[in-house]
Amino acid sequence: MPSTLSSVSPPIVVDSLSKSFRVPEERTHTLKERALHPLRRTRHQTFEALKGISFDVREGEFFGIAGRNGSGKSTLLKCLAGIYGVDAGRIWMKGRLSTFIELGVGFNPDLAARDNVVLNGIMMGLSPREARARYDAVIDFAELREFEELKLKNYSSGMHVRLAFSVAIQVDADILLVDEVLAVGDASFQQKCFDVFNRLRDEGRTIVFVTHDMGSLNRFCDRALLLEKGSPILLGEPHEVGDRYLEINFGRDSAAAAASAEGEGGAEARIVEAWVEDERGERASTVVQGSRMSIKALVSFLVDVEDPVASVYVLNDDHVAILVATTAEEHERSGRFRAGESALFEFTFENVLAPRRYSPLITLAHRGTGLDVMDRVDGALSFLVTGAKALGGVIDVPVQTSVTHSPASAAKRTVRA
Amino acid sequence: MSVEVAPATEALGKPIRGPGALTGDWRRFWHLTYNIARNEFKLKFFGSALGYVWQVMKPLMLFGVLYLFFVVISEVGRGPNPGEHLYGSQLLGSIVLFGFFSEVTIGAVRSVVDRENLVRKIQFPRMVIPMSVTLLGLFNLALNLVVVLVFALIEGVQPTLSWLELPLILAMLTVLSAGLAMLLAALFVTLRDMQPIWEVATQVLFYVSPTIIPVENVQQRLGAHSIWTHLYMVNPLATILQQFRHAMVNHATPSAGEVLGGWIYLLEPLGITIAVFLLGFWVFNRAAPHVAENL
Repeated sequence: MPSTLSSVSPPIVVDSLSKSFRVPEERTHTLKERALHPLRRTRHQTFEALKGISFDVREGEFFGIAGRNGSGKSTLLKCLAGIYGVDAGRIWMKGRLSTFIELGVGFNPDLAARDNVVLNGIMMGLSPREARARYDAVIDFAELREFEELKLKNYSSGMHVRLAFSVAIQVDADILLVDEVLAVGDASFQQKCFDVFNRLRDEGRTIVFVTHDMGSLNRFCDRALLLEKGSPILLGEPHEVGDRYLEINFGRDSAAAAASAEGEGGAEARIVEAWVEDERGERASTVVQGSRMSIKALVSFLVDVEDPVASVYVLNDDHVAILVATTAEEHERSGRFRAGESALFEFTFENVLAPRRYSPLITLAHRGTGLDVMDRVDGALSFLVTGAKALGGVIDVPVQTSVTHSPASAAKRTVRA
Repeated sequence: MSVEVAPATEALGKPIRGPGALTGDWRRFWHLTYNIARNEFKLKFFGSALGYVWQVMKPLMLFGVLYLFFVVISEVGRGPNPGEHLYGSQLLGSIVLFGFFSEVTIGAVRSVVDRENLVRKIQFPRMVIPMSVTLLGLFNLALNLVVVLVFALIEGVQPTLSWLELPLILAMLTVLSAGLAMLLAALFVTLRDMQPIWEVATQVLFYVSPTIIPVENVQQRLGAHSIWTHLYMVNPLATILQQFRHAMVNHATPSAGEVLGGWIYLLEPLGITIAVFLLGFWVFNRAAPHVAENL
């Protein structure tokens, strides 16, 4: 291969790729059915899984493909891997390919590790000699030396996955296609996988990673492609893709239709409107993590009310109250409001919420226990927090970390994160 | 998101064309076929304590039963004709050859569907699957032929120069079986009742081929030079089995060419064999790119 050209052209080039599946409405699976109904033509529905996708992956890049379930990301990976034929468009690849779509494909439970490792290696493109030469490295990496004589059916599932993963990374591929199914292992195994992928990337391998977990997208990927219903939506930095993913996933319009509690409401007072404002003081449905934000409610009183209290419960998807605030703390004596008067209740805070969807529940009550509710806004308002840091917690506050050698015992390290 | 596709697309590396029956990498094709067949063979062989014994017992048991009923009770092959001598070796040889044919073709029917996890998860030349079934059959055939040889020598079969025909006979049998293996494996993906259909068809083929009934009996019934006898012998399996009897066991039995009425007519069963192979290849090749989606 001419080195001048190969250094210029990227290892993966995808040019207007399209793929559709024909889904028969009624499947004729036997000759008998065909013979009984020779004239009936099976009707097919065409399902377009990928529509005109083009991108290229640079050398040594950790490239993410993100999208919801059914957005076509796994189909795209299978097209790249050559498992599905494509209808239109072209794919070029440079170098040896290793697919991590499922680990241990073709493992035979009745055979011992050696036969399986060799066969799996050949499956992935090694010659039998290469596969045999790597056997020791594979078995050592998997830490299964003492079990090598055991038939695979006697392996625990953890051992099974370890062995399969070891084979896959020993193939010395230039390009790795990794599906999110890898993420099913336990946390420590996942971490080990990603450590290996990071090391491989540092060695200059190119990695394509399919996920719907924005956390790992942000942590590992250099660039990402967002798919929605088979179409490419955005190609860019992982955090941009992550933000956009959250938006399309949870819908951006619901919060814009800021809740207006019409109709019922209380007889004494009514929450006329409730909305969310971002740090610029503009009404928003999405707010960025780490910025100031406000939840506001406009109330109109129908009768004279003494010292009304508003409370907000910020609930996440699981209906857990992540944040509860009430005006009673600072403004227990909020004053007297006459019939026909309006009041604005504001809750402003530093947005430490993890990127997710939230729906604030707002209540307006008489002074006291807060249970004597005059009106409430429930479920009609919601907002979305976007941000780059999604490590999995519920909140995200600045955390000071340090890694030092402790003088008392050099071996003991303090790691706070 | 446009890509600057360089005019010289060769520089982009190799194009990914999706799955196919063959991918052009013959070394990998062979390694995969061989290793899959080898692993299966190993499993059969070492999987149970009496692995080898069972492998050989299967044709021997069938042989024992048939020998008892047809030779001892019905006295087939006990007549004064020299062609009826050494009937035991003829019968055992036919059973072993037919056993290979049925093992490969019946085994191939489900092969692609049963290896669904491979087909859906990894890219490899799909033709490996029916071919490894065929290769596994050949391993077993080689073992069983050793038993036939031992039996034949005990029964008094004399080695002759015509034993050199064996590779040709086996080649024709292998090509026929491999062709059907490809055809059936591809058809089963969309026609799931292929399995019982083919099992019945195999039964029929067993009886319309000269496995038990010597071809001389057929000739007597249908007339030595009638069109019916000719049709009977045009079946490639009949040709293969009869030629095996003639060349390997007993020269007094007619050769397949003689039954057909001239060696030139051997081109008919040969042609059918090649046609079956090509048809199987064509069908499998057409189905291969979409097998992963249709499973």
